[in-house]
Amino acid sequence: MRTRFQQGLDELRQKLLRMGGLAEQAVDRACQAYLDRDLSRCQMVLEGETQINISEREIDELAFDMLAMQQPMAVDLRFILAVTKINADLERVGDQAVNIAERVMDMVSLPAVDLPVDIARMSAAVSAMVRRSLESFIEAKAELAQAVLEMDNVVDRMRDEAFIMLVKAMNERPEVTRQALDALLVARNLERVADHATNIAEDVIFWVRGADVRHNAPQEPNGQQQPSPQAASETR
Amino acid sequence: MGVGIQVENVNAWYGKSQALHDINLKVEANHATALIGPSGCGKSTFIRCLNRMHETTPEARVEGKVKIGELDAYDGTSPTQLRRRIGMVFQKPNPFPTMSIYDNVAAGLKLNGYRDKKHLDEIVERSLKSSALWEEVKDSVHKKSGASLSGGQQQRLCIARALAVEPEVLLMDEPCSALDPISTGKIEELIFELKAQYTIVIVTHNMQQAARVAEYTGFFLLGRLIEYDKTEKIFTNPSDKRTEDYITGRFG
Repeated sequence: MRTRFQQGLDELRQKLLRMGGLAEQAVDRACQAYLDRDLSRCQMVLEGETQINISEREIDELAFDMLAMQQPMAVDLRFILAVTKINADLERVGDQAVNIAERVMDMVSLPAVDLPVDIARMSAAVSAMVRRSLESFIEAKAELAQAVLEMDNVVDRMRDEAFIMLVKAMNERPEVTRQALDALLVARNLERVADHATNIAEDVIFWVRGADVRHNAPQEPNGQQQPSPQAASETR
Repeated sequence: MGVGIQVENVNAWYGKSQALHDINLKVEANHATALIGPSGCGKSTFIRCLNRMHETTPEARVEGKVKIGELDAYDGTSPTQLRRRIGMVFQKPNPFPTMSIYDNVAAGLKLNGYRDKKHLDEIVERSLKSSALWEEVKDSVHKKSGASLSGGQQQRLCIARALAVEPEVLLMDEPCSALDPISTGKIEELIFELKAQYTIVIVTHNMQQAARVAEYTGFFLLGRLIEYDKTEKIFTNPSDKRTEDYITGRFG
């Protein structure tokens, strides 16, 4: 047993989980800030981004060191590759949370208006996707990750509905255009977060099953498309 | 040109101890196939069964079928005939120490009665070029002895010696384990080039080496072939848990 290597893998897992927690918290705070028109939460999101960026670099450095020094193979190699990709997605989730917080700050500076968009429902769906994608990583469960992929369509539809309703509101009530535009951008940012959660789920499936399911292209684990030489000789 | 190797139901024993159990595999012609596994797993025994080197060990015995191209290794073929078609390179370079570089390479041919000096010169030069040693020794092939070369050069000399008799298959039993990284890199480059003309089977403890040089990899454990597949598959997503445990270092 390569004890030091295993310790390195555990450290990578722990660091990514902490990073996941920070990104998830940032999205939740940004959404709550929208719902409560709460500037203090916006500020917390902006300040939290620094820590997310620091975590991203730490994880990449550790993953890079392990690739160079330990020459991981098979499931370990897939794990480290998945971690680096999930890391990048989590950092982008943090960026989207910042974008939402900035829109909220703009909205708070304007009169509050009633808009035909259910950001609460959308943010609940998106948060669930982020949480479940991280759970699938913690538990190494491809089935959980698969469920996340299926949720993405629901969020896409919510975003499309929000666009239609908000554009309609802008046409009918030009005085709310700026607030509606902010809400529309928030909906788009949330949809992007859902895309990152989808990417994370795909990376978990790649790690656990060795299968590339990106871009709606379900495939067998690599190398199994053709019969193996051993199988070929056995079937002679 | 290289030929394929077909192995069917091969079992091997040292005395009463069974070293190989029902090995079945097909080695592709003009490809490199790596055999990996922990010490004592049977991978060296296996390649020794291919050229009947196994028979040099007292009380060793083999059952099953081995075909080198169309040649049946164990039925109607003498070990000498077989080994003319299968070259072998060992872990420790073993040039004939007192012979010149030239005589080392020409030894196999001279043993077979070749006397045409011009033809021998051609073969020695071609073999040393094939083993990527020619440029380093071309001015001293008659002056320097095999033992005067560095370890990496000695191993390439042994490869030249094996190639001189124009085999179809080249067996390599941990050919780089006694070499430094530079010499190892040269041998690996060489393996890559030699595939065009020979079928190569290489036993290695270095998994990165297997990943670098071989298209196919077999994993042996306790005398059994556990998994045999494309190298890429073995090292990224093996089918058998035991293969995965071995290559990820989770054994024991």
